[in-house]
Amino acid sequence: MKVTYFPGCTLRTKAKELDRYAHAACNALGVELVEPDTWQCCGGVFSYAKDEIASKLPSVRALIDARDKNEPLVTVCSACHNVIKQTNHQIKTDADFAFRMNNYLAQEKDAPAPYNGETKVLHLLELIRDEIGFDKVAEKVQKPLTGKKIAAYYGCLLLRPSKTMQMDDPENPKIIEDLIRVLGGEPVIYPARNECCGGYIALEDAESAKKRSNSISDSAAAHGADMIITACPLCRYNLIKNGSKLPVVYFTELLAEALGVKEDNDGE
Amino acid sequence: MQRIGVFVCHCGTNIAGTVDVVAVAEALKNEPGVVHSAEYQYMCSQAGQDLIKAAIKEHNLSGIVVCSCSPRMHEATFRKTAAAAGLNPYMVEIANIREQCSWIHKDMASGTEKAIILGKAAIAKVNLNTPLTPGESPVTKRALVIGGGIAGIQTALDIADAGFPVDIVETKPTIGGKMAQLDKTFPTLDCAACILTPKMVDVAQNEKIRIFSYSEVVDVRGFVGNFDVTIKKRARYVKEDICTGCGLCTEKCPQKKVPNEFNLGMDNRRAIYIPFAQAVPKVATIDADYCTMLKTGKCGVCAKVCTAGAIDYEAKDEFIEEKYGAVVVATGFNPISMDKFDEFAYNQSKDVITSLEFERLTNAAGPTAGKLLRPSDGEHPHTIVFVQCVGSRCEACAEKGKEYCSKICCMYTAKHAMLTRDKYPDTDVYVFYIDVRTPGKAFDEFYRRAVEEYGVHYIKGMVGKVSPEGNKLKVQASDLIAGKQLHIDADLVVLAAAIEPDKSARGLATMLTASMDTNDFFTEAHPKLRPVESPTAGVFLSGTCQGPKDIPETVSQAGAAASKVIGLLCKDKLTGNPCVAQSDEMMCNGCSSCERVCPYGAITYSDKEFRMPDRTTKIRRVASVNPAVCQGCGACTVACPSGAMDLNGFKNNQIMAEVDAICKM
Repeated sequence: MKVTYFPGCTLRTKAKELDRYAHAACNALGVELVEPDTWQCCGGVFSYAKDEIASKLPSVRALIDARDKNEPLVTVCSACHNVIKQTNHQIKTDADFAFRMNNYLAQEKDAPAPYNGETKVLHLLELIRDEIGFDKVAEKVQKPLTGKKIAAYYGCLLLRPSKTMQMDDPENPKIIEDLIRVLGGEPVIYPARNECCGGYIALEDAESAKKRSNSISDSAAAHGADMIITACPLCRYNLIKNGSKLPVVYFTELLAEALGVKEDNDGE
Repeated sequence: MQRIGVFVCHCGTNIAGTVDVVAVAEALKNEPGVVHSAEYQYMCSQAGQDLIKAAIKEHNLSGIVVCSCSPRMHEATFRKTAAAAGLNPYMVEIANIREQCSWIHKDMASGTEKAIILGKAAIAKVNLNTPLTPGESPVTKRALVIGGGIAGIQTALDIADAGFPVDIVETKPTIGGKMAQLDKTFPTLDCAACILTPKMVDVAQNEKIRIFSYSEVVDVRGFVGNFDVTIKKRARYVKEDICTGCGLCTEKCPQKKVPNEFNLGMDNRRAIYIPFAQAVPKVATIDADYCTMLKTGKCGVCAKVCTAGAIDYEAKDEFIEEKYGAVVVATGFNPISMDKFDEFAYNQSKDVITSLEFERLTNAAGPTAGKLLRPSDGEHPHTIVFVQCVGSRCEACAEKGKEYCSKICCMYTAKHAMLTRDKYPDTDVYVFYIDVRTPGKAFDEFYRRAVEEYGVHYIKGMVGKVSPEGNKLKVQASDLIAGKQLHIDADLVVLAAAIEPDKSARGLATMLTASMDTNDFFTEAHPKLRPVESPTAGVFLSGTCQGPKDIPETVSQAGAAASKVIGLLCKDKLTGNPCVAQSDEMMCNGCSSCERVCPYGAITYSDKEFRMPDRTTKIRRVASVNPAVCQGCGACTVACPSGAMDLNGFKNNQIMAEVDAICKM
């Protein structure tokens, strides 16, 4: 299976592991992640200002690239996924926005055909659950994570706004827990798993971010977890920066480990 | 040529505000057939009707057009007016220039133009109208009540009191409904069982009332006064007439692990069971999903212990066909599922319960014999948080909950909070609310007592999250008045779940051709003036199937529905609707298209002899309509490929004349 892949800028700087293991794991699962020739930063935060267009164009260009290849657009970073999926949703539901956005694109060199939200946006977790199938992943597991108690940390961007994201129940999600089970590990259900880590508030009010992040890692630890996994670079940054007692790793790393392709890639 | 009178109503400013009624009357004066045109402030008033009557006589009118409100509102009024002046009532046409014109237009010019067009269409139709005479149909003097909760019980008792036989069809093994599960009732705190069970006994002992329990309505045909209903009596594997209700079988049955629905799954019952001690009818029922004998053929304990010999493992579902003159829907409500409200951890902790479950926990006949104990560990809870509006007034997340207010939750939560503080003064009780809504006799006083005398902590704000941590429930909530976040360590969280109509309502509405709103509540014929009648003649509404209600309101509505039924059953004959379909046998080709689309089963086919132009005789298959069953929906006239089917009062040429009149503009 070939899919269009939007890595996002953090995956080339702070979150290289998220990207590297996504590639390794997908190779093992028979999925080729193909980046568009040019892609730009998604902007990091989806703007709710109705007249904000320019910051959403990078997302649209990636969506168009996938549309022209007739492939789904796959993301792994929670923030990129959130921005691109919300942008796609806005194009589908807000005709005025779509019209003006297409007017912008029409002025570009080699202008693409107007875009109306045709591309399917999938997070790698969704690709695994809905397209590849958990059963297929289970068949490919080489080194099951037996005995590992793993706390899935969703954060806020992956699931919300739930009507748009449509990934899982925002209050009681299970997609990462299901994956952990498939990989042979034992998921730890703890109440703070869908709470916000504080996000960008870390920049101006470090104390608040610390409080939020600690409540999450403490809750996971109190429920007996050995480690926390996440899909979001900012969540991981906040948790580690604020002194999480548990190791925090990306879900792709665990996936690669279980599929037996982790070591081969560690040196890169 | 008809002699037509046109009467344009101002409806105060309802019409005259956006339609130049004088110009309309003037413009319609010159239409073909019109000999008189007038306008008046309130055409439906006595003076307005007198004006119409006088004009009919003075101008010797053969038909009239009233430009006014919707025919649903006053067609019947003006038909009566015409009849009083000696005109056939079916020579009256209404041009709806209110709902379909003045109310939806903003400017006078376009409103007036449209009103004139609508008037011209009605005139074109009256030109082709012919006098119609309604037939008569008999009335079956027996009523059907669907649902045996307090609404159905009260309706049945009142109808039976007037001397008419009534059948109650109830899907559960006993009547009693939700009220039977309640502990105390607000605002007087009398025990629900003490006031309900005597009524249940009255139903059982009333000679005029038959109870079909463990049964459901599976088919309804016919029309007002003449419904043909099929009732499915599900096999309960116990002979109702022999079982004495001694309960021995329910103690000896070895299958002990069946969730007890009467206690909302908080304890278990046997596979053979009587829902509760005061059940009516008090007979046992075997739950086929759990009975070892029915599943594997190996057991038979209940048959061995039954001294009356009432057990019958060979029982089959029975179908009963009965005729009724009127049908009352009393299908009630259920709390919505809490599956989509995981922020309150209902599925994660046994100590997060719904209010109906709380009701069972405090009921002396409940799983804890009335002691308020946590479901998880049987300990007494010292801090209880009540969350109101869980799924009610949920506009922002309509796919999770309901947009409407469930109406009863504020009062029963005040009751729960007050009773908890009364019985267990060492318990801290918090109630989180959006608004406290207590309009009702002695309701607000009741709520004030909870706050002022019993010291219940009422906090305006919603609970955002409930997290089970150890044996506590961490409640995170906002206090909107203090403007701060609250963190409460609770032992028990009680969710006031929104209520929704019973799931059976939708299928039933289809069978009865009764209309429903977007929330699946049955629609009343008029929201203010005909609140207990469905728009479908002969179908009446009782209780929460029509909208959220408390017990006093339900009982009032149940009585009102009964009085409407009695009014109907008192009549020996009903005047039918002459606007029924008619088949032109010479044009009918016997294709059966009309028979297939008829929702009422009013069309039959028969072979008839016809004399052909060449003087031979030919037998042809042709359609005929039973005018007593036909409801005049017109589906057959559209389906008929040869144009043989026509609807009296709405003939194809009349409809086309209306369309022509509109298109000519």
